Amino acid sequence: MSTQAQEASVRTQVVVETPIERAFRVFTEDFGSFKPPEHNLLAVEIAETVFEPRVGGHLYDRGVDGSECRWARVLAYEPPDRVVISWDISPQWQIETDLEKTSEVEVRFVSEAPGRTRVELEHRNLDRHGPGWEPERDAVGGDGGWPLYLRRFAELLK
Amino acid sequence: MQTYRADGWAALGDPTRRAIFERLADRPRAVGELAGELPVSRPAVSQHLKVLKDAGLVVDRRDGNRRIYQLDPGGVGGLRAQLDRFWSQALAAYKSAVEQSTEEVS
Repeated sequence: MSTQAQEASVRTQVVVETPIERAFRVFTEDFGSFKPPEHNLLAVEIAETVFEPRVGGHLYDRGVDGSECRWARVLAYEPPDRVVISWDISPQWQIETDLEKTSEVEVRFVSEAPGRTRVELEHRNLDRHGPGWEPERDAVGGDGGWPLYLRRFAELLK
Repeated sequence: MQTYRADGWAALGDPTRRAIFERLADRPRAVGELAGELPVSRPAVSQHLKVLKDAGLVVDRRDGNRRIYQLDPGGVGGLRAQLDRFWSQALAAYKSAVEQSTEEVS
């Protein structure tokens, strides 16, 4: 595993007291119920978040006025073990239409015991979102980049 | 309910702040320049910049007697910090949702 790959991804996991099939179902069917509410690119309140359960489907928010924001594509859908979605949101918090500049999120479900499931999440290839930021990074040079970020990240964890 | 430090998702929810952020993505600018380009007063621009700065999205530096703002040089790292927090919150909320609904069933 290269350093580059580590830095350009986010990993987190949670253990839930529920069987794997249910863990998968709630994660996909009820995604809108636990997604942080700040995640809204629509101009209005979200009426519902839809996770289309098939490869080629989308994750989208539908606003109370009927407007829609399609912010992810379903890249893999393998119940109850794994789901992969794209992340089509730019660092400027707008929908990214250039698919080469999108990252992806893999979620794996692992049965630890009957009634207990570990959910592992990796959001990777974040560097693909890079171009919008690079001019700034180049201007500031090495010291302002990752080292600055790592210090800030350490602060967040305190 | 967990406490919530100012972050990028919330900070960029405001259209004026998003406009400021987009201009800074183009190139670094001083407060006066931003106020000249947007239908917002200079003190209001300063207020918005403070929110963006607190959220870790922009940084400032002194240039003579002006203050120049630019996007956080952390680049992808800044994005990573945002997403790290986003997913941590999402999974914590997911855990409570999935375990609560299990209880209701049994």
